[in-house]
Amino acid sequence: MSAFVVLKAGVLSTLQDQGRFGYAHLGLTQGGPADYVSYRIADLLLQNQSPSCQIEVSVGGLSVVALTDTVFCVTGAAMPLTVNGQSKSLWHSHRIKKDDVIELGFAKSGLRCYLAVAGGFKLPKDFGSNSTVLREKLGGIAGAALQPGQFLPVRSTYSPLLWALPEKYWPEFSTPLELGLIPGYQQHWFDEAQWQQLCSTDYQVSALYDRMGYRLQGEPLLYQSRALLSEGISYGAVQLPPDGLPIVLLNDRQTLGGYPKPGVALAHHAAALAQRQQGQPIRFYKVLPKQLEAYQREQQRYWAELPMDFRSLL
Amino acid sequence: MIQLKLAGENALILYLPAEISAKNLNQLQQLQQQIRLLLADQLQELLPSYASLLIVLKPAHQGVLAIKALLEQHLILSATVSEQQGQLVLLPVYYHNAWDLDAVAKQAGLNTKQVIDLHQSMEYRVYAIGFAPGFAYLGELDVRLATPRLKSPRAKVPKGAVAIADRQTAVYPAESPGGWNILGLCPIPLFKPEQAGTSEALMPFSVGDRVRFQSISQQEFLALGGQLPQELC
Repeated sequence: MSAFVVLKAGVLSTLQDQGRFGYAHLGLTQGGPADYVSYRIADLLLQNQSPSCQIEVSVGGLSVVALTDTVFCVTGAAMPLTVNGQSKSLWHSHRIKKDDVIELGFAKSGLRCYLAVAGGFKLPKDFGSNSTVLREKLGGIAGAALQPGQFLPVRSTYSPLLWALPEKYWPEFSTPLELGLIPGYQQHWFDEAQWQQLCSTDYQVSALYDRMGYRLQGEPLLYQSRALLSEGISYGAVQLPPDGLPIVLLNDRQTLGGYPKPGVALAHHAAALAQRQQGQPIRFYKVLPKQLEAYQREQQRYWAELPMDFRSLL
Repeated sequence: MIQLKLAGENALILYLPAEISAKNLNQLQQLQQQIRLLLADQLQELLPSYASLLIVLKPAHQGVLAIKALLEQHLILSATVSEQQGQLVLLPVYYHNAWDLDAVAKQAGLNTKQVIDLHQSMEYRVYAIGFAPGFAYLGELDVRLATPRLKSPRAKVPKGAVAIADRQTAVYPAESPGGWNILGLCPIPLFKPEQAGTSEALMPFSVGDRVRFQSISQQEFLALGGQLPQELC
């Protein structure tokens, strides 16, 4: 087994696999890639057969050196990528040789990148997962963000084929986000007018956003709050505290909470939200049960038909 | 009466009457067994709380609306709830007035010994586990001890802190920020992640179990492996 070595850790780089499941009843959050769509495409580009352990690079600034020949790719936010100073394309797998240095600049659009290698980084797991949850000190290396000097074990690989996602499929993270909201939980605590306000307000990402959740700012939605016993919070749940400003809860959310929730964001949209930064515009729209079924069929088609090109043969 | 609501494209939440009761606790345990049988491999998480059960499905499921209909058709609330009393767990506590014991006593119009006696006199049940790994919500506290959360939470609550808020009590499994009123310290580790994957339990209790607290001396606290936090050194 060989390795990558971290030269510069960047602003916040953490190891993430698909997430930690089956332990919510003990209070463990799911963790995992904040933008699972970009994460999953990285595994497709490397032909990884199962969800791998990748580096989630938030904001940017990561630099690593390879101690072996292998294949890697970067997907997600538009961070300038270089190998030994030479510019390389995102959404594209690349061969890399021993002593090559991979560097990521800072995101021009979007917030988080996924740096993945063929076969994934091989590290011991906590509760069946490598996903780093800083608050719980679990996953990654000693439950913490990456540090310079750390070794990240990888296996040596050579792939005759390199793959790329055609540019028209690259997600766009600088456009206003239309967030589909499935009514659920306390949906009936909000009357027609309040739903209308929720789905017509121009919200923006506030200064409070992280892997736990995104707090939005905009015209507060005032409603008669009632006491609610703490209950399980699902991925993408939108809670409305008494101040009337929605919080969309993401991967590192607390497992239980007691704020009323009008509904839950579509997973694909919650992942796109995790690529947004302060000030970016967000709007909700209501997803009715009939539309939900159509949407899910569309999602299955998206993943089934996602075209991958192979560009070089050697 | 069971109510099921959507909790996303991959999740449902089941509600029982909104109350903290042993009846809810027992019925939720029965419902979990039924759901495990009905959904088997499609199930990713079952997360019970006081009066609700979050059901999270794996990405490849037959459709959340189909599963909602299936559960609505097949889940049964038995009229007679079997007494699934759970196991009894005894937790030692080194009660100490370094934190909020005096304030709780003052507010309740009692002396500290009476507070300690009352806290130990009840048999609590584990209603939910959450907030942080291994944090168990125990209820219900004697009404005379019901105390609101601190106006401003402590930045650092020591590991093992035994604390109360409203009519609940809990033990902090690890050092963390927190707003509950601290009465003392428990030397028993409540969350042992190093035991993941072994046959040893990660926690000494699960939802539905019963818990009693028992007062110990500083000497016993240390003998049981407890470590004194800065405040007591």
